[in-house]
Amino acid sequence: MKATVHVMLKNGVLDPQGEAVRHALGSLGFNGVEGVRQGKVIELDLADGTSEADVRQMCEKLLANTVIERYTVELS
Amino acid sequence: MHAAVTVFPGSNCDRDLKVAFEQAGFKVSMVWHKDTELPKGVDVVGVPGGFSFGDYLRCGAIAANAPICKALVAHAERGGYVLGICNGFQVLTETRLLPGALMRNANLKFICKPVDLVVETPESAFTAGYGRGQVLSIPVAHHDGNYVADEATLDRLEGDNRVAFRYAQDINGAARRIAGVMSENRRVLGLMPHPERAADPAHGSVDGRQMFASLAAGLVAA
Repeated sequence: MKATVHVMLKNGVLDPQGEAVRHALGSLGFNGVEGVRQGKVIELDLADGTSEADVRQMCEKLLANTVIERYTVELS
Repeated sequence: MHAAVTVFPGSNCDRDLKVAFEQAGFKVSMVWHKDTELPKGVDVVGVPGGFSFGDYLRCGAIAANAPICKALVAHAERGGYVLGICNGFQVLTETRLLPGALMRNANLKFICKPVDLVVETPESAFTAGYGRGQVLSIPVAHHDGNYVADEATLDRLEGDNRVAFRYAQDINGAARRIAGVMSENRRVLGLMPHPERAADPAHGSVDGRQMFASLAAGLVAA
C-alpha cells in the first residue's frame, strides 16, 4: 500500500520561496498570479496493514513541523 | 566543568565550538549522534552549526530525532545547560526545547557576514557577562535563519525576557529581528549567529568569547 503526505505551510506563515516563484512567473509574462505557496509531497511505500493513524504519527514526529506546517494523508 | 559537543553527519562547526569551550576552561567530550547517553557529569551540551544530515526534509529535523537528542532532551529537562548555534538552534526548535521555527531567509540568499547583534538581556548564564543593549560583532552564516513563531508566542517570549539577542538591522526577515531565544528556565539558548567564530583575535572579533566565559563562571549544578 501507499500513502501520500502533503505538507504545506500553515495559512498566515509567510512563504518566501512561494513569493519568489510568483515574481518569476510575473516576469515570464504570466499575469494574474496572485499567490504561490510551495509545499512538499512525500510518497511512502508501506507494509499492508499500516494505519492512517501510524502515518499521522510519522507526520507529527518527523515529516511535518506542526509549528509552521500542516499536513494531509491519503492512503491508496 | 564538562561540556559535550554533539556531532552529526554534516556538522562543521563542532571543532570550533570545542576550542571555544576549551578556551573558557571546559573539559570537552565529542558525542556522536548514535550515542544514546551523554558522558557522566556533563554540565553543558553544545549543538554545533553545519548541515546535519544534509539539511534534508527540514534543517535540523533528522538530527532532532537522532539517538543522542533523546539524551540531550533529558539533560535539558533535568535542568542542564544547552547551547545551540545556527544548525544547533534549528535542531533545538525541532526537538521543541525552544519555541518557534527557522525558515528560509526572506531574501532567499545564504547570508555569510559579521552582523551587529544586540544583547537583549544579561539575565542568563550565557549572557551574564554582557550589558543590556551591548552591541556585539558576531558572524552569521545561514540560509534558514528567519525566525518565526505565532504572535502569542512572540509576546510571551518578550514578556518573559527570553529574547537573548536581536539583530541590530533586519538581515533575514526574522520576526521582531530575533536572533536568539531561551527556554523558560533560561538554561537552553539557541541563536543563529556564531559566537565560536568570534572567540580569537585571528577571527577578527572576540565578542563571542564572553559567552563561554560567563557560562563557565555562572554554571549552577542541575
